[in-house]
Amino acid sequence: MVPVITERDLRLDLFRGLALWLIFLDHIPSNAVSWITIRNYGFSDATEIFVFISGYTAAFVYGRAMQARGFVVATARVLKRAWQIYVAHVFLFAIYLAEIAYVSHSFDNPLFTEEMGVLDFMKNPDVTILQALLLKFKPVNMDVLPLYIVLLLWFAPILWLLLRAPSLALVFSAGLYTLMWLFEWNFDAYPSGTWAFNPYAWQLLFVFGAWCALGGAQRLARWINSPVVIGLAAVYLLFAFSIAMTWYFPRLGAYVPKFVGEAIYPIDKTNLDVLRILHFLSLAVITVWFVPRDWPALKSRVFWPAIVCGQHSLGIFCLGVFLSFAGHFVFTEVSNRVLTHVIVSISGIAIMVAAAALISWYRIIERQGPGPRPPTAKPGYSGGDA
Amino acid sequence: MMGRLPFLLALLVLAVVEQTWPALAEHPAECRVAENLIEANFPLPQVARALAAKKLHVLVLGAGSSLLPGASGAKDAYPARLQHALAEMLPGFEVTVTADVKARRTAVEMVKALPPDLAAAKPALVVWQTGTVDAMQAIDLDQFSQALDRGINIARSAGADVVFINPQYSPRTESMIALGTYAENMRWVALQQEVPLFDRFSIMKLWADLGTFDFYSATKKLDMAERVHDCIGRLLADLVIEATKPSEPHAEGGR
Repeated sequence: MVPVITERDLRLDLFRGLALWLIFLDHIPSNAVSWITIRNYGFSDATEIFVFISGYTAAFVYGRAMQARGFVVATARVLKRAWQIYVAHVFLFAIYLAEIAYVSHSFDNPLFTEEMGVLDFMKNPDVTILQALLLKFKPVNMDVLPLYIVLLLWFAPILWLLLRAPSLALVFSAGLYTLMWLFEWNFDAYPSGTWAFNPYAWQLLFVFGAWCALGGAQRLARWINSPVVIGLAAVYLLFAFSIAMTWYFPRLGAYVPKFVGEAIYPIDKTNLDVLRILHFLSLAVITVWFVPRDWPALKSRVFWPAIVCGQHSLGIFCLGVFLSFAGHFVFTEVSNRVLTHVIVSISGIAIMVAAAALISWYRIIERQGPGPRPPTAKPGYSGGDA
Repeated sequence: MMGRLPFLLALLVLAVVEQTWPALAEHPAECRVAENLIEANFPLPQVARALAAKKLHVLVLGAGSSLLPGASGAKDAYPARLQHALAEMLPGFEVTVTADVKARRTAVEMVKALPPDLAAAKPALVVWQTGTVDAMQAIDLDQFSQALDRGINIARSAGADVVFINPQYSPRTESMIALGTYAENMRWVALQQEVPLFDRFSIMKLWADLGTFDFYSATKKLDMAERVHDCIGRLLADLVIEATKPSEPHAEGGR
């Protein structure tokens, strides 16, 4: 059976755009505005959305290439994409180094002698920079792109299998996830420990996204729309919400039976805890129920800012990481009032939208070529990245 | 922000329940603003027993953020301030605080130091400050949690209670040290093992939010660091005394 590849689903761009905004807000430490992000109300966060949709769009874009041009061409394109992401990661690392170098020279306080030790790696840049280029040394909040690179490096053979035997590919992915839990596989990090986003674990969401893109979503449609599944999803979201509330109101913790606490904690982000997957799936089920694919509002102006960000996810993701560094810098150097947090958060998102609009505009110009030509259909919604 | 209301309510409850235990000392206003973050949610039976015998030996096990530099550093850092505050609250008691603090130690390294420390000091209470170095070195989280469990078990089998101190709030290095998951694991181990947690992170965050102390300022001077450590010592003493109150503080957990 050859899987059907359908038209690009604007909901993917919308929710990936929203996920990029949330990741930006969450990456600014102590940001007062980040209380609105979903990680505060349940087990999963924007990372799950980002990885799932990235898998979905990767299969959508490269699956078409593989069907039309063959395995080798599609593989070359996937690897080119991985290379672009690697370059973007190294660029972000350079910015991070600049920030660290600045702080280490401008800040001194005897109260924080221990914490300033985090800058010690600057003393042996020979090792550190090499380890960063090998993706082993990863500063805080710079874990997503290395994960993405590894996922893409594996992707061509997985995609090949997905196009031939989608169920088998999914079983293979779930098997790898299970083996990871059994044997505690992960990639080594520098100077110690392992990757904060275990690729053996997170590949499951990426492959599941790809599987959905290649016809899986249609096969699941009957299940997703059944009232029982929607009900279960709603109950689970409510459960996760109640547990999340005990994190902020510790006294509510007394109402959580001990066996529940022992069963669910710790909720492991590194290895993509099953509780997190279930939370993401529940969110997805409820979202799909509320937002049908042909919802006219998806083409309205209200959602355009998020959609355009979602369509250029790599560039906007990197910009978001940079802006979160810059935002934290504003908090420490200029003002740390709540009003500043609000202004920094809103302007950050505005900059992300403006940059995405610029990339869109530039793409259209490029496609038009040198001479005058009628514009391509539907400007603003055309194309989009993997 | 969201967490304040329950603390205020708790304070109200505490104010209503009249106590006849050693009165909590009057602290400078800058320390007092964080008083409602002190939560003695689990009892300290060994400390209570020691107090009944009119003595209290405390061991502080910590890393760099339990130290202050300079000639008078040892005298001004919170372990010494804790001893001072306890002695003030417990007149006529034999109070000693022994400190084993060395910079850059992970939880695993401190657990190794614990048995000889316990044998030497024979404390009724181990105050264990950890988490920062583990977060800086990105130590494996399982390894971190297991070290915490092991440390608690070692201390308990030597007849000592344990109080955790979590990392400092350090805004300048916030984007470089991922304290979050380590602090969470610490909180979880504390709950599971029924160990009171001195939430230094939230206390310092509150001070920063209220403008009590300015943690952004770059300075070589020690005055702010000394005042912060003094407050931490005092509030820690409050926590210890609070947790040994005969009113069985554990029962308050159900509020």
